[in-house]
Amino acid sequence: MSETTEALPTAVAPRTDATWLARPSIREAAWGIVFIGPWLIGLVLFTAGPMIVSLVMSLTNFDLVHPSAARFVGLDNYVRLAGDPSVIGSLIATIKFAVITIPLTMIASLGFALLLNHPKLLFKGPLRALVYMPVMIPLVASTLVWIGFLNTDTGWLNGILGALGLPRPDWINSQTWIYPALSIIGLWSIGNFMIINIAGLQSVPTELYEAARMDGAGAWTTFRRITIPLMSPVLLYNLVIVLIGTFQYFTQAYTMTNGRGDPNNATLFINLVLFREGFVFNHMGYAAAIAWLLFVIVLGLTLVLFAVARKRVYYAGGER
Amino acid sequence: MTAIATPVRSFGERGPIARSYRRYLGRASLTMFAVVMISAFLLPLLYMVTTAFQQPNQATTPGAPPWPAVAQTAVYQGQSYPVYAVPIDGTTRNLILIEKSRESSVVVDPSDAAAKPFVWQGRWRTLQQAWVFAPLIDNFTVAWNQLDFPRLLRNTVAISLLSTLGAVISSTLVAYGFARFRFPARNTMFVILIATIILPFQVTLLPTYVLFTWLGWNGTWLPLIIPHFFANAYNVFLLRQYFMSIPRELDEAAMIDGAGPFRILRSIIVPQSIAAITAVCLFHFFFAWNDFFVPLLYLASKPDLQPLSIAIQQYNALYSTQPTLIQASALMTMAVPLVVFVLAQRAFMRGVVVTGIEK
Repeated sequence: MSETTEALPTAVAPRTDATWLARPSIREAAWGIVFIGPWLIGLVLFTAGPMIVSLVMSLTNFDLVHPSAARFVGLDNYVRLAGDPSVIGSLIATIKFAVITIPLTMIASLGFALLLNHPKLLFKGPLRALVYMPVMIPLVASTLVWIGFLNTDTGWLNGILGALGLPRPDWINSQTWIYPALSIIGLWSIGNFMIINIAGLQSVPTELYEAARMDGAGAWTTFRRITIPLMSPVLLYNLVIVLIGTFQYFTQAYTMTNGRGDPNNATLFINLVLFREGFVFNHMGYAAAIAWLLFVIVLGLTLVLFAVARKRVYYAGGER
Repeated sequence: MTAIATPVRSFGERGPIARSYRRYLGRASLTMFAVVMISAFLLPLLYMVTTAFQQPNQATTPGAPPWPAVAQTAVYQGQSYPVYAVPIDGTTRNLILIEKSRESSVVVDPSDAAAKPFVWQGRWRTLQQAWVFAPLIDNFTVAWNQLDFPRLLRNTVAISLLSTLGAVISSTLVAYGFARFRFPARNTMFVILIATIILPFQVTLLPTYVLFTWLGWNGTWLPLIIPHFFANAYNVFLLRQYFMSIPRELDEAAMIDGAGPFRILRSIIVPQSIAAITAVCLFHFFFAWNDFFVPLLYLASKPDLQPLSIAIQQYNALYSTQPTLIQASALMTMAVPLVVFVLAQRAFMRGVVVTGIEK
């Protein structure tokens, strides 16, 4: 560090003696605001401002082609939402997808975490990296790989199922099998959750396991009575993120059908409906209402999760 | 990890060698199990690689192997014949079928020039063709040219680099502000920052789109880059955690030497946090590399400016009937992220833990 550092003034207003800015605490606060400035400006410009505007927009029939023809329509857009078959259909599709993909993601990421955190496992680092690796693959590219892998006739999964004498589902083109198919594709994003689970497993004090062993507890009891309760904050965090991701689902579904929502609108998830209304049909006011519906659902589910968690999640040392 | 590598001389039930051998066997079989599970998990990658090197019609040809191969042919007396896998006396030999007839055929061994043709009793129609390993590079050259891959790569790298630059600089400043300065409502503001993680981006999407369109930014890279110059919650959180672990005494020592806040950031905080800043760079770079929605919104009609993600999605929409080309394009798209990941996986995975856990 050099001794001669007068390159920068130490306050917003440099050393104007008796002014209020010279007081260290105010000077410190001013610097703090300066440094978080980029975020504050961004918050107003790209988050808070647009949120308010989109709420207003959802009460109008605004579109980009005829901005001057925009009229205030009250709650019309929201009324229309309630009766729009594509919106209702997209919510049903999301639920069908969620009931498979959320448990699958949670179980698979915990399973891999338990396996790859096992004290007896060799080559832990490289093996964890391999499970994490698909997270790095661009979603479009990984979806294209899976489309081929799940192809009814030439895909390897059906090749393996056929060799085992099992039925060969029409994964991509069937309204029923598309949800398990998308859930299997989603497995390639468990890397983050697995790493977080491993960190959670490592934070469980080993004395607890030793004490349980002394008391003669088996592996399953230890898992249920010690691992799961102590992991519950981590599992809750993962669950919230998975849930939000499920409602934001877009890229894979769009790639698979070029945004058409095939088969028979089964993959027309809410985000695709929003994209279509807002940017294809140019119904911006209505699309804003869809966005707010999405927000309310996500917020509501998150709050419900936290409410349930208050009773069920164990926080060590009672913090939070 | 201490793998017991003593040479196994005794397979007895007791004794130190047998015990360590058994322990090793337990570890090895667990590891094998993990390897098998992970292989199954990554099997689609193998599918991609083999398909990308195949002849276009191989996957639909009955009897074709999964690896890239062509039907074997061989020349006998100046004429080219197909080679079949012929079962003879319990073993299978690859033989040229010179004369085909219903119940028996004339065959000859292609590997031996002096071999004499002989008659094989059996129905040739039940035979499988013999295949030889023959990887095809053409899929890559075709996809490379059709996509104009160098341009896509250039666009993707430029967009990712510029937005990473903005994200890292702004997030470092904001994290420093939250980590080192007391100001009114700091904790409230930090909670708001974290809360933006669960805010669905759709809620701000339409007005931002209108704003960017009115600014004339639609159809340019600006909407993909400029918003990242205003910091984001994940990066700020990760960096703030890291900055807070740097002893304040270092700041104070510098302050006594007359260093101002920017100077302290530059000469103390940043050099101490290179690991975390690297992690943020990598995360953001590949977030930008992989991003699909925003480029789709602003660049769908601008092929010249598109990044890889949009271009290969449109490519798939055009050539979905040619899986060999699609898989080649997918392989080309993921090559850079995967190579960088393999080189820097430690930094990545540590970053995941910091952002995920310490809340």
